[in-house]
Amino acid sequence: MAELSKAGEPQDALDATPNVTDVEVVDAHSDAEAVAAIEAPVERGEPILQVRNLVKHFPLTQGILFKRQIGAVKAVDGVSFDLYQGETLGIVGESGCGKSTVAKLLMTLEKATAGEVFYKGQDITKLSGRALKAVRRNIQMVFQDPYTSLNPRMTVGDIIGEPFDIHPDVAPKGDRRRKVQELLDVVGLNPEYINRYPHQFSGGQRQRIGIARGLALNPEIIICDEPVSALDVSVQAQVINLMEKLQDEFNLSYIFIAHDLSIVRHISDRVGVMYLGKMAEIGTDEQIYDHPTHPYTQALLSAVPVPDPEAREGRERIILTGDVPSPANPPSGCRFRTRCWKAQDKCATEVPLLAVPERFAGQDAPAAHESACHFAEEKDVVHAA
Amino acid sequence: MTIIDKPADVPAPRAGDDFDGPLLEVRDLHVEFHTRDGIAKAVNGVNYTVNAGETLAVLGESGSGKSVTAQAIMGILDMPPGRIPKGEIFFRGEDMLRMSGEERRKIRGRKIAMIFQDALSSLNPVLSVGYQLGEMFRVHQGLSKKDAKLKAIELMDRVRIPAAKERVGDYPHQFSGGMRQRIMIAMALALEPELIIADEPTTALDVTVQAQVMDLLAELQREYNMGLILITHDLGVVADVADKIAVMYAGRIVETAPVHELYKRPAHPYTRGLLDSIPRLDQKGQELYAIKGLPPNLTRIPSGCAFNPRCPKAQDICRTEVPALLPVTERDGSELAGRGSACHFWKETIHG
Repeated sequence: MAELSKAGEPQDALDATPNVTDVEVVDAHSDAEAVAAIEAPVERGEPILQVRNLVKHFPLTQGILFKRQIGAVKAVDGVSFDLYQGETLGIVGESGCGKSTVAKLLMTLEKATAGEVFYKGQDITKLSGRALKAVRRNIQMVFQDPYTSLNPRMTVGDIIGEPFDIHPDVAPKGDRRRKVQELLDVVGLNPEYINRYPHQFSGGQRQRIGIARGLALNPEIIICDEPVSALDVSVQAQVINLMEKLQDEFNLSYIFIAHDLSIVRHISDRVGVMYLGKMAEIGTDEQIYDHPTHPYTQALLSAVPVPDPEAREGRERIILTGDVPSPANPPSGCRFRTRCWKAQDKCATEVPLLAVPERFAGQDAPAAHESACHFAEEKDVVHAA
Repeated sequence: MTIIDKPADVPAPRAGDDFDGPLLEVRDLHVEFHTRDGIAKAVNGVNYTVNAGETLAVLGESGSGKSVTAQAIMGILDMPPGRIPKGEIFFRGEDMLRMSGEERRKIRGRKIAMIFQDALSSLNPVLSVGYQLGEMFRVHQGLSKKDAKLKAIELMDRVRIPAAKERVGDYPHQFSGGMRQRIMIAMALALEPELIIADEPTTALDVTVQAQVMDLLAELQREYNMGLILITHDLGVVADVADKIAVMYAGRIVETAPVHELYKRPAHPYTRGLLDSIPRLDQKGQELYAIKGLPPNLTRIPSGCAFNPRCPKAQDICRTEVPALLPVTERDGSELAGRGSACHFWKETIHG
């Protein structure tokens, strides 16, 4: 698994990840066929985005004239998951674990080193031209920092209307202003603000502008990269509520990337925990938060400060030592072993696969969800003892 | 893995204590900034005290004046455009606002130190961390470069930076976020100050690292019996470490309370709104409660109670009269120690 990039696709790894369903690959021989497949509707609860063994390595080079590669930062190293229509998949992890790189790969803003991203059966990493444009229309993004993600020299109307320049079929020229005002109304801003500039808005309002821009082309998937972490608590709740409302209204699927575990629990149907470019554990919010089996998830959850001094007292706190190792030189075997209190010799040699742990296999218990640990064990760290 | 349990023992007073009042007392502090759009009233009459060994958490959203108050205490406010028209800041019974620049310089760093939020921009990128840590000793204690460096290594050991001896010559960018914050803490601790002001010390860090840093800070505070002012917007962090809490809104303290009391029974609608608007890790709620509207513009603070346009309980009196921070009592009139609320309707808020 560690040499994934060189060896190509290890087929057995794919089989050992039962959280993902089989991909029905659509063989499109022409652009028109691909576009037709992309525009076909997906039933609620069916997989809309299927990520298989996604890998992104950033090369580290040395020398100026004759650059040679001396290594690679393994930002994302074999991640697989499904996103179902109408659901919210939360992705959590510490900084540097590769969550934002996953977002960029899904947006095809970065080219994947290996692996596939199937959108309605089309591998978007291999698409180009008209088909890629059609995919990009359907997958939009909301960025973290509402201060730098809006161009200060453009009016709000221009910012939200810009997607229509690239996809003129969504809104004909004369109709755009009305469309933009409608969008402003949808995200709870006064439609008369259309000629204002970003600096005239507060952080929460700017994030609403960012969301309106994401909605402009009626996408099916919105990838939110830390959409509320720059906002104040009282405003954060407003934006979260807005995003939930929009999801119901427009039938959106969200990939919600954040480091705040409480917010992720609030908004997500399923949650994936990432560590150093790999998925450590994935399951429904109840499985992850109330019945975590991976030691990293347990440590992460126990470290979250709970805004209730009484509930805190009965809780066990696991304080991890040290920092996340460098993704340029990740530990052998299980990547978490250097900070794990359960680590044994096996962890240094064998990469644990993301699968339902054997001891829970076949059970109907909430602990029976995919966890990439040799010694997976259920432990409730969220609730007071 | 270590399991941390905060012991309940009260630290012994510092040896050689000849002053028995509070360590720091802020009285009716006002700070304003002269801007092109008018006068921004950032702080409008803040009162609080901190005792040795005590942790006061100042909680508030951006623009509530919590950092400006801290800067006024440290004496690092940019003046102009800032101005302190009114107020007193007593450190061990002496009003720091009346001191000369030289006198304040002796207090700053030696008696009161500050930990800043963003360690990367607070450290000088072109000087080694050892040099920056040693500066405290060279400037305040006149140590030689060599001795200062040894002291710097000692400090780095104290805040548990591994291989301190080898890393003393490294530059800030070579450290991770958590390690940089440890260096900031080491720098603040260098001269064993009596009061530390920590302005959002863990906001930029990951939760696992945040827990490490907060534990370190709490441990060092106990050891040196320091007063700590913790400025934050994170209700979770506050619950973990604070003894008492002051909630700020639009430059005023709207509620003060011991930490347990505040979470159990908030006595101000703003505090209640804040508590209700954070999602909980151990519960999955339906829709989040959201305080409507936005924090006020400091050049145009609403008349009466500053919170009235956003308050669900606002009445006519709230739009005209500024509520004073009054002591909060039990239903039968018995006193609740350390509790105060600046709301006309605190009785209804706390007693339901």
